[in-house]
Amino acid sequence: MLANPAFWRGVVSIAVFLILWEIGSRSKQWMAPEFFTPLKGFLGAMGFKKDYLPWVGAVPAPSAVLGSWAAVFVDASYWQSWYMSFFRVMSGFIAAMIIGIPFGLSLAMSRVAHGIGFPVFEVLRPIPPLAWVPASIIFWPTQESAIAFITFLGAFYTIVINVLGGARSIDVRYFQAAQSMGSSNWDIFRRIILPGTLPSIVVGSAVGMGITWEVVVAAEMISGGGSQQAGTGGGLGFFIWNSYVGGSYEQIVVGMISIGIAGFISSELLRWGGRYATPWLRVR
Amino acid sequence: MSEVAAVRPKIVPGELAVEGVSKSYGALHFRKDVVQNCSFTIERAKLTVMVGPSGCGKSTLIRLLAGFEEPSAGRILLDGAPVSGPSRDRLVLFQETALFPWMTTWENILYGPRARGELTRETREFGEFLLSKVGLQDFRDKYPLQLSGGMQRRAELARAMINNPKVMILDEPFRGLDAMTKELMWEYYSRLYEENRRTNFFVTTDIDEAVFLADRMLVMSNIPTQVRAVIDVDLPRPRRLIDLVESDRANDIKKQALSILHAEAMRSFSRGSKAAADFVEAYLKRASRA
Repeated sequence: MLANPAFWRGVVSIAVFLILWEIGSRSKQWMAPEFFTPLKGFLGAMGFKKDYLPWVGAVPAPSAVLGSWAAVFVDASYWQSWYMSFFRVMSGFIAAMIIGIPFGLSLAMSRVAHGIGFPVFEVLRPIPPLAWVPASIIFWPTQESAIAFITFLGAFYTIVINVLGGARSIDVRYFQAAQSMGSSNWDIFRRIILPGTLPSIVVGSAVGMGITWEVVVAAEMISGGGSQQAGTGGGLGFFIWNSYVGGSYEQIVVGMISIGIAGFISSELLRWGGRYATPWLRVR
Repeated sequence: MSEVAAVRPKIVPGELAVEGVSKSYGALHFRKDVVQNCSFTIERAKLTVMVGPSGCGKSTLIRLLAGFEEPSAGRILLDGAPVSGPSRDRLVLFQETALFPWMTTWENILYGPRARGELTRETREFGEFLLSKVGLQDFRDKYPLQLSGGMQRRAELARAMINNPKVMILDEPFRGLDAMTKELMWEYYSRLYEENRRTNFFVTTDIDEAVFLADRMLVMSNIPTQVRAVIDVDLPRPRRLIDLVESDRANDIKKQALSILHAEAMRSFSRGSKAAADFVEAYLKRASRA
């Protein structure tokens, strides 16, 4: 890894990004000397506040964020938020896999299932998961199940569409060859359709995983984080919202970066699992 | 190797008869007759090669023989019994590889016996034997993507042969391989055939391939497909590539087949086929070289 130039390019990229951010955030301090007067005049003429750089000057600096992170790092409710968001993402995502993969396969394999299931599916699919928030808060008995349902929707449609497309694009010659060699229908399903669809399942899951993280955060913000007792945490989305309400801007950024890291970890796990499940694609 | 040879199951070659078969697509005046009143026999334990211009309906004929489609008229009989649907009796090797990409070479070869629940010690040994016959022992745990084009074709040959089909049907199996690989494949394939004399039906557009491999050669007409001529290729076996160049008999057969194909191409050229024009041009170049 250390000998890999790609690794060092990544390190440089992140370092430069952080340095520029730090400089921009500290513009309040370094724009005080009078030789920045022309710049301040220019900013004023453009309609911005004169005493710091537009936008980035209002954002807390990485050093301040790091300090705030160190403070919440020892706070149990911060980790509780991680746990809750992960739990919601995983429960919604796993439910979407358990229901979505068989559903997609049956749509692909049976004309009857396709005729009955697909029209309803296609009408529901364009509804954004977040549009379900009010309805699911009303319909589901607990707030927790409402949030899990919304994350489920985020992954479900993507997984079904990918499974359906993947199963349909299996080369007809594989079926002909298998049939000629005396395969039963069950054998064709198990040894042709399932492995043939697996790459699409992996792709659909990876995309679906990204959407679940987007959805869970928004659902937590809107629903108020589910459990609202002090010290229990309400998920990373609620963590951000709470910091915003409480005026702790450093913590907003801490929450955002935490979500970035959480999303990265889950897609990396998924990619790793996908590579393990489809060894024949690793060999190119 | 000889004790491995002993495990080879008894081969029961079949005879496939095509009687007055027609196949058309579409209806009314959109109807297109691809095969019309076509009759021929794929003789028992012989290698029958069908050669015809590209786009002449050979692939349609193969789908009928394999049972993927039903003829519009006429019958196809295997050892006197009409065929219905795909079956291990009549296995097809397609133009492009149909190896399952998610299985290793070895898993691909054992697919048929495993699917039918016939995976015994004998079939495994037969599989090993076939694997060595096609020269893929070192590639048994590789996936198809890791094999070269020629290796994929050989793996597919082994995958078909382990099922002991009564008739093996090969639809331009070596198309798209480079000239050197193709000749290597001819050698592998003809050795396999000479050793166990199954009934083989081999379709090609390549006249050299046809002469090198065939016991009997069926020269086809353009659409609608019919048999124009049957030529017995009585060259001695085992055949060597050098014979193809040196033997006068081989050259006679080649000329005979080419002149029939040429006449056929001229006829469809006069009906406006562009593919036939290419063939006529290639033929004239070749004739002037010889």
